Amino acid sequence: MMNALRQIFGIVWILLGLAAGYFLVFEQSLKLFEKGGMDNIVPAIIYTFILAPLLTGGMCVFGVYALQNEYKSID
Amino acid sequence: MNSKLSSEQVDKKKLRKVIAASSVGTLIEWYDFYIFGSLSVVIATKFFPSDNPTAAFLSTLATFAAGFVVRPFGALFFGRLGDLIGRKYTFMVTLLIMGFSTFAIGLIPGYETIGFLAPLLVLILRLLQGLALGGEYGGAATYVAEHSEPGKRGYRTAWIQTTASLGLFISLLVILATKKSMSAEAFANFGWRIPFLISIVMVGISYFIRKNMDESPMFEKAKEEGKIVANPLKESFGKKLNFKFVLLALFGATMGQGVVWYTGQFYALSFLQKVANIEFEQSNYIIAASLAGGTGFFIFFGWLSDKIGRKSVMLTGMLLAICTYRPIYQAMYEAADVSLKTEVAGSKVINTDYAMIPNSVDLKKTVKTELSYTDGSKLTLEQSSLTTMFPGRNPKKPEIKRIVHVGSSSFWFLILLVFIQVLYVTMVYGPIAAFLVEMFPTAIRYTSMSLPYHIGNGIFGGLLPAVATYLAAKASTANEVAVAAGQAIPYDKPYLEGLWYPIIIGGVCFVIGLLYVNGKDKEIND
Repeated sequence: MMNALRQIFGIVWILLGLAAGYFLVFEQSLKLFEKGGMDNIVPAIIYTFILAPLLTGGMCVFGVYALQNEYKSID
Repeated sequence: MNSKLSSEQVDKKKLRKVIAASSVGTLIEWYDFYIFGSLSVVIATKFFPSDNPTAAFLSTLATFAAGFVVRPFGALFFGRLGDLIGRKYTFMVTLLIMGFSTFAIGLIPGYETIGFLAPLLVLILRLLQGLALGGEYGGAATYVAEHSEPGKRGYRTAWIQTTASLGLFISLLVILATKKSMSAEAFANFGWRIPFLISIVMVGISYFIRKNMDESPMFEKAKEEGKIVANPLKESFGKKLNFKFVLLALFGATMGQGVVWYTGQFYALSFLQKVANIEFEQSNYIIAASLAGGTGFFIFFGWLSDKIGRKSVMLTGMLLAICTYRPIYQAMYEAADVSLKTEVAGSKVINTDYAMIPNSVDLKKTVKTELSYTDGSKLTLEQSSLTTMFPGRNPKKPEIKRIVHVGSSSFWFLILLVFIQVLYVTMVYGPIAAFLVEMFPTAIRYTSMSLPYHIGNGIFGGLLPAVATYLAAKASTANEVAVAAGQAIPYDKPYLEGLWYPIIIGGVCFVIGLLYVNGKDKEIND
């Protein structure tokens, strides 16, 4: 039961990673880059080049591992 | 039997020495790292062009972030070294790099003297500090854990966990003591350099203590048995067997722990100073008192994690934090909100001062209004405006500075509110070193545990003040735009909007931790 739940949640982590990347880059960073100015560009750089790759890449790989039942043995 | 007891006593004595040597060094590294952040406002005026204070402050924040972003690279570089040549030598190198960088920051001439070379040098040294810190923590935690007996690893490594708070506490004390010992002008001119310069003495002492320590027994054993791997990076991150645990450590523990830690210790200070407008000294006293009261709980929760498991202690702290942040920060805001207090009749004092700006024809007018309240709180409004002697040139927009000195009851209430947040920090942070160490085998432990720790704390946690400040500022701007357009304001409490960052990150981490982290595993996995 618990292992099935872990596997199902794998899809959630993949979707969450993709959503976070989309939100950070398209909903936040691009608008901030367009506005310009130091106080907009600094968070835009942080979102685009640090948080977005980490969240999207990391969460997607984590989700794939969860889907593959890689975490079942730790029970 | 007697000889067995005596050998146990010797081991305990040695263990205490190991913990002390590791903790003192790590404490000094944290101290070095924090004084830059604590003095960021002064540093902004000294090393970045001063004509735009916001840009100068953001530049410092960017430098601050650079100090955090670079930490995972330090974790990779020194982690690899620690798994190849040993823990002891690696964390001695990190100590020296940190000491040199901190001392050197205290020596750099200001922007007005050497121009852009000044911020450039500061940035380089800050990056070196971040690299050194990235290597230090994992080394110290691994070193202590590998000396500890099973069943007490949480308790022993919790001493390392106290160093981050103690480092901040000592940095605040040194800054406050330096400020007290001289005039505000002297502190702004050269006094701010003292906390940086004295670091070299502390680093020297710590270096000589560590120099006489032995290498970790587990690492020595792995070396004798030929179990040292040639490429710890490839082994840690190139093999699914290990990499899946690196990801689990990051998303199921350190990511949430990082945001809880930075909210409780750093965002709380930033909120007191920038949102609640509490004066610099009083806000630092509030944080220092809360840290002093809370630090012992790192040891308690480390010990408790040996008894009931790391997972339950850490996840309870995380859940409590994400559920109570908004009411806690609302209470902090109200404790300093003078509009909710009763003004003492006839207490209003207005002073006006005029001063010529050196090397210009501008005149600075400062109007200082002081108001007192029945609970002992005081509000000072400083309105500065420049009047130019050149006809036709537009005068600059007046600047209004608001400083609140809270009365005794509000002061203690604020200490309690920050103390509760520090308590959450001790719950999530106290057992984390033992938790991470137990996830990975000796051959790749230093590398594998350092990276998730520094991404979780350095990136997710370290960027919290910048992201949270941005979110709160964005909400305030949206409200101003709505008011100007005659519409209803979209954010009822814009000052609380920044908290969504730790709440969301902490919430995701809590669910992942609850589902995937093994609550029973308390042995070193070799």
